[in-house]
Amino acid sequence: MSNYSMRRFKNKLALWIGALCAALAMIPLVSILYDVVKNGASSLNVDFLTSAPGVIGQAGGGIGPAIQGTLLLVGLTIIMGVPLGVLSGIYLSEFGDNPVGRVIRFLNDVLAEFPSVVIGVVIFTLIVLTFKSFSVIAGALALSIIMLPIITRSTEESLKLVPNSIRDASMALGIRRWRTTLSVVLTTAKSGVVTGILLAIARVAGETAPLVFTILGSQYFFSGLNSPMDALPIRIYRLALLPYPYAQAQGWGAALALTLMVLVVNIGVRLATRGRLYTTRSRA
Amino acid sequence: MNFEKLLEGLKHPSSDVFFKYGSLVFAASVVGVIALSMVVLVRGAFPALTSFGFRFLTGVNWDAAAGFGALPYILGTLVTASIAIIIGVPISLGIAIFLAEMAPDVIKVAVSNIIELLAAVPSIIYGLWGLYVLRVWVANYVQYPLQNSFGFLPIFSGTSYGLNFLTAGLILAIMIIPTVASISREVMVSVPVSQREAAYSVGATRWEVVRMSVLSYARSGIFGAAVLGLGRAVGETMAVTMVIGGATGASALPTSLFKPGQTMATILVNQLSEAESGSLQLAALLGIGLVLFAIAFGINIVAQLLVWRVLKVQAGAVE
Repeated sequence: MSNYSMRRFKNKLALWIGALCAALAMIPLVSILYDVVKNGASSLNVDFLTSAPGVIGQAGGGIGPAIQGTLLLVGLTIIMGVPLGVLSGIYLSEFGDNPVGRVIRFLNDVLAEFPSVVIGVVIFTLIVLTFKSFSVIAGALALSIIMLPIITRSTEESLKLVPNSIRDASMALGIRRWRTTLSVVLTTAKSGVVTGILLAIARVAGETAPLVFTILGSQYFFSGLNSPMDALPIRIYRLALLPYPYAQAQGWGAALALTLMVLVVNIGVRLATRGRLYTTRSRA
Repeated sequence: MNFEKLLEGLKHPSSDVFFKYGSLVFAASVVGVIALSMVVLVRGAFPALTSFGFRFLTGVNWDAAAGFGALPYILGTLVTASIAIIIGVPISLGIAIFLAEMAPDVIKVAVSNIIELLAAVPSIIYGLWGLYVLRVWVANYVQYPLQNSFGFLPIFSGTSYGLNFLTAGLILAIMIIPTVASISREVMVSVPVSQREAAYSVGATRWEVVRMSVLSYARSGIFGAAVLGLGRAVGETMAVTMVIGGATGASALPTSLFKPGQTMATILVNQLSEAESGSLQLAALLGIGLVLFAIAFGINIVAQLLVWRVLKVQAGAVE
């Protein structure tokens, strides 16, 4: 083989190896979606989604408390995490071009990549051990800490896309800096900020490890912010550990419900923002 | 920030000054969270650290009578994360090169969207799939064939039906691919066009352009992406918990690929919520949390520095 055709052959080979790698990476996604739908679809019905779990070892019952818990936790997490994250993002984007800002940005990126289980352990020590009770509040606090760096980064990135001329125009009208930031800059960057928030919500809704030692999981519906509570990921985990066929089927059903929630948000956001400048670094 | 200017601002406080420093307080909460975590973990782990000293890191026992040692779980994390890197990083690089340099546009968009979705699937779903599907594949197509031919080698011994270090490493490999692939791709895309044009102008093929200009230029950023993947693998919890088998003590030492084991993250999930308040076991578990914290912190700092340097150089080149 001549040198030239050898080089062309290598070029083709590299292309096909790349394509093969991409195809390989898709096998798990296809298999996961296929198995979750195939095994979960039969358990999904209104009764399953709304009733409390039955007696362990007997078929029947549902994942009502788990869905309630996940919605409640996500709600509390939004209340605590979103304002904090957005304001941090505002600082980094509008005032963060100095050593302090750089240190904060750096640590924010480090925290965003932090194992969620460690954050759960910290909240367990700080809240659960101190108050001697697993609680919804502890769970929401752990999830807020996980959500904070994600929202900070996405807010900063979207605010930075707002051209300076818009800030200048507002300031030239004599509008104060804070008013400019909140009413003009933030409004202009709204879709990017909201996208970041939605993706962060989808991420924390699926978190499991920090919940195992903060809200613990429970058989019952909500009974107070300072008592244990169920959540979808925890219910899946507990069901998967039970040795009964009905529990397996219910586990897949709960997994289908969670996967639908998370993927609908993700795909919806991506379709809605398709073609825009805003891109999240995929680290969710 | 100038101190006199700050004082002057405080003497004549305006809403803007409040806004700036108010938002700084919120932004600084990140620093607070990290510092607080460190203090909390050190304090919690203190009883275990003082009663075992350095033996906490080298001991293999795990019961109240013989004491608590973290070595099997540290090694378990190391082994599973290494399997993940060995399998996951080359595949991720292949994907990144394919997406950044070689694929036609239509395929590029479709594939990168699918890879992003892979990142969005919650860890517990990977765990469930690993427990019921991947485990059976590993047992039937990897474990038994290998044991039938090479069963006399100690690293292939063990009777677990797929609940073992190899399955845990494989599921981690799948889970780090989206991270490593998308960051390596970002780094490759940021390589200046002039680098590529130089290679094209001397008649290089596409692959030669990738090899000579893109890969060598983006080397440290790609390394950073791999280190970020390592950080992911070290901290990943639920999926691993469900497929690794959950051994404790000396039997959790990773002497064979097909033995049940435990990582630092999984022993926390398995035992922390049931540990008795004030017990030495609880302190030992928090000690493991502290070790995990320190390792993850170190890995992430290195990774961020590497990725950040490449992207910063690129920003400078554009200006």
